[in-house]
Amino acid sequence: MAFQISLNFFLAFTWMFLKNSYDPITFFYGFLTGLIIIFVFRRFFSARFYLKPVFAIIHLLLVFIKEVILSNVAILKIVLKPKFDMKPGIFALPIEVTKEWEILVLSSMITLTPGTLVIKVSDDNKILYIHAMDIPDVEESINDIKNSFERLIKEVSR
Amino acid sequence: MIEEIVRVVVVILIIVGAFLNLVSAVGVLRLPDVYTRNHAASKAATLGIVSILLATFLYYYVEVGHFNARLILAMVFLFITSPVAGHLINRAAYNSGVKLWDKSVQDDLKKEMQQNSKPKRMKLSK
Repeated sequence: MAFQISLNFFLAFTWMFLKNSYDPITFFYGFLTGLIIIFVFRRFFSARFYLKPVFAIIHLLLVFIKEVILSNVAILKIVLKPKFDMKPGIFALPIEVTKEWEILVLSSMITLTPGTLVIKVSDDNKILYIHAMDIPDVEESINDIKNSFERLIKEVSR
Repeated sequence: MIEEIVRVVVVILIIVGAFLNLVSAVGVLRLPDVYTRNHAASKAATLGIVSILLATFLYYYVEVGHFNARLILAMVFLFITSPVAGHLINRAAYNSGVKLWDKSVQDDLKKEMQQNSKPKRMKLSK
């Protein structure tokens, strides 16, 4: 992915030299042209066409912002409730992502989502121990959320 | 017209942010144990501060015409660092043996900690 992006910049600069005009607009046109060229020659690269991971990252960010807002609404409801009837607890969640940055992103996202906080990543990086605000109510839906996050993160790094 | 809309948005963002910070303070006071307090502190405070920063950014951009990129950087840094801080406080609390709330229903980590601690003790005794 980094190789394709730098190649695209290189093509944009080549375009600027061909046009002999050095302003941002020429650079932009050169970048677009380079994008088309890379798209046409996409089967010669070992990685995917690089716009796909870029869109996956944007998708991840949007989902993340949505979940942060939802988590705040959930915390609001719990804190302002006159009586505490939640059942907190710690549960183990086996994860499939293996690279360290993926685990970092996944656990940060889990921490900022409704009702969950990561306590410990197990020593072999295969299990996350998560403190949940409300175990019986949340665990199923939480697992769904985790699956979607994990899927999105894998989509970025595939 | 757009300036009016932005003004309304700024006011709403500041009110929401201050309200979220207030709620997170109330949560830290009210909730029963370290872990649940950490929920309130690490989530509500983050979004509260970020929305106040966003309102400041919009205000200076529209009213003064000053594009302050540091505010955006501050938002990004907050989103990156606050979950890590919450995680570390939680982990330190658990490792130093802070008890869960007595109405907690489940503790998977306990088993793991016990399994891990046994072989270490045997090594020490040898």
